[in-house]
Amino acid sequence: MIAIEYQDIVKKYEGSQAYSVDHVSAQIREGEFITILGSSGCGKTTLLKMTNRLIDPTEGKIVLFGENIAQVDPVVVRRRMGYVIQQVGLFPHMTVEENIGIIPKLEGWDKERIHQRVTELLELVELKPDEYRTRYPSQLSGGQQQRIGLARALVTDPKIMLLDEPFGAIDAITRLNLQNELMRIHQGMNKTFLLVTHDINEAFRLGNRVMIMNEGKLLQFDTPANIIRHPADPFVETLIASTKEQERFWEGIL
Amino acid sequence: MIAAMADYIGRNYIQILEQLLTHLGISLLALLTACIIGIPLGYFASRSTNSERLLSIPFQVLRVVPSLALLVLLIPVMGTGVAPAVTALTVLAVPPIFLNTIVGFREVPEFMVESGVGIGMTEQQVLRQVRIPLALPMILSGVRTGMVEAIASAALAAKIGAGGLGELIFTGLGLNRADLLLIGGVLVAVLSVGCGVLFDWMTRKLLKYKY
Repeated sequence: MIAIEYQDIVKKYEGSQAYSVDHVSAQIREGEFITILGSSGCGKTTLLKMTNRLIDPTEGKIVLFGENIAQVDPVVVRRRMGYVIQQVGLFPHMTVEENIGIIPKLEGWDKERIHQRVTELLELVELKPDEYRTRYPSQLSGGQQQRIGLARALVTDPKIMLLDEPFGAIDAITRLNLQNELMRIHQGMNKTFLLVTHDINEAFRLGNRVMIMNEGKLLQFDTPANIIRHPADPFVETLIASTKEQERFWEGIL
Repeated sequence: MIAAMADYIGRNYIQILEQLLTHLGISLLALLTACIIGIPLGYFASRSTNSERLLSIPFQVLRVVPSLALLVLLIPVMGTGVAPAVTALTVLAVPPIFLNTIVGFREVPEFMVESGVGIGMTEQQVLRQVRIPLALPMILSGVRTGMVEAIASAALAAKIGAGGLGELIFTGLGLNRADLLLIGGVLVAVLSVGCGVLFDWMTRKLLKYKY
């Protein structure tokens, strides 16, 4: 089953000559963990935000489970998807439980059901429900906040999860833990994950396939092993060479 | 002096209490009106720089007019009594509320809004669940400034026959009686500080996530 299909997507901002996203086509199967790798300004975030209609493409079509999303109310599209951003964006005036439960509450779930769901999700992201549900975001560490961000995105059990550099502002050790956790969560359910990052290690570690973007173009879309073995483009080659260089630097210190 | 004050208070406490309540009533009525005008206008002004510029002009002009002058200017239009006094105090209290509302809404971080939109809130829901709560601390601080200003300036309202603690002060001035001046002045100060403290307490209850 194809979960996400990009059909010749173009995004051009008004007054700009260059394409922000330049004729991107790709198919993502249900249950895949896809990472989108590129430096800032390469169009990766734009592509992600077009997937839940925060941005609409200039040309082309995005099809989710056979449905052209241009014909669906943006609010409906977004509620079917989880969305996590780098700044987390937990609402400071709401407790953890209220943050996770906000969309269910707006959709009219009863209190008991929300409470139940919040308990499940807090257990999933490994935070003790009774200790954390009444806390405010300011009383949590950065890593804990992003766990709550993840829980909030999962609350309506969406089939697709969009993650925009979710661990970009988190220290290296916590990031590694959260990456493991994210893989564990992904394995436990048949959801399609789409994660944007500029960190090549993160992209190759998490993604079962990686999309490499530069200047709006999708340069290569393949498994990490295939990309390393057969880089399709000089840019990809340089990218891999520089990573290997770094590795040698680490080994050189010893 | 203290004896004279105590004597006056002892004999006139009912009248003083009445003046105090009138004072408070006029100020709070003006504050409420100022909120009804200032907050929605501030919200609309925050949405574009053009509307902000347009809406700010009358308030900037009115701010330069001294409150006493404003009271006197209103007499030919509205006569004397409570109505012109409340009007003048409202005009005085609107600017801080209006300006703080603009800043409050402007300073809601873009990623907070995006976060709300991204998880599937409608425009209305983003406004109610995200924008308003996040702008609220700033708005409330504007309301507090407006309140203190209204209570302090309400003393002038007695000049045009609206009553309040200003009566004591103006009588004291007229009869050259320091005890009356002092009673009036201290009570206005106490009222203003007291209301400020009460307001802070309520703010803390309302925004408990910040404390």
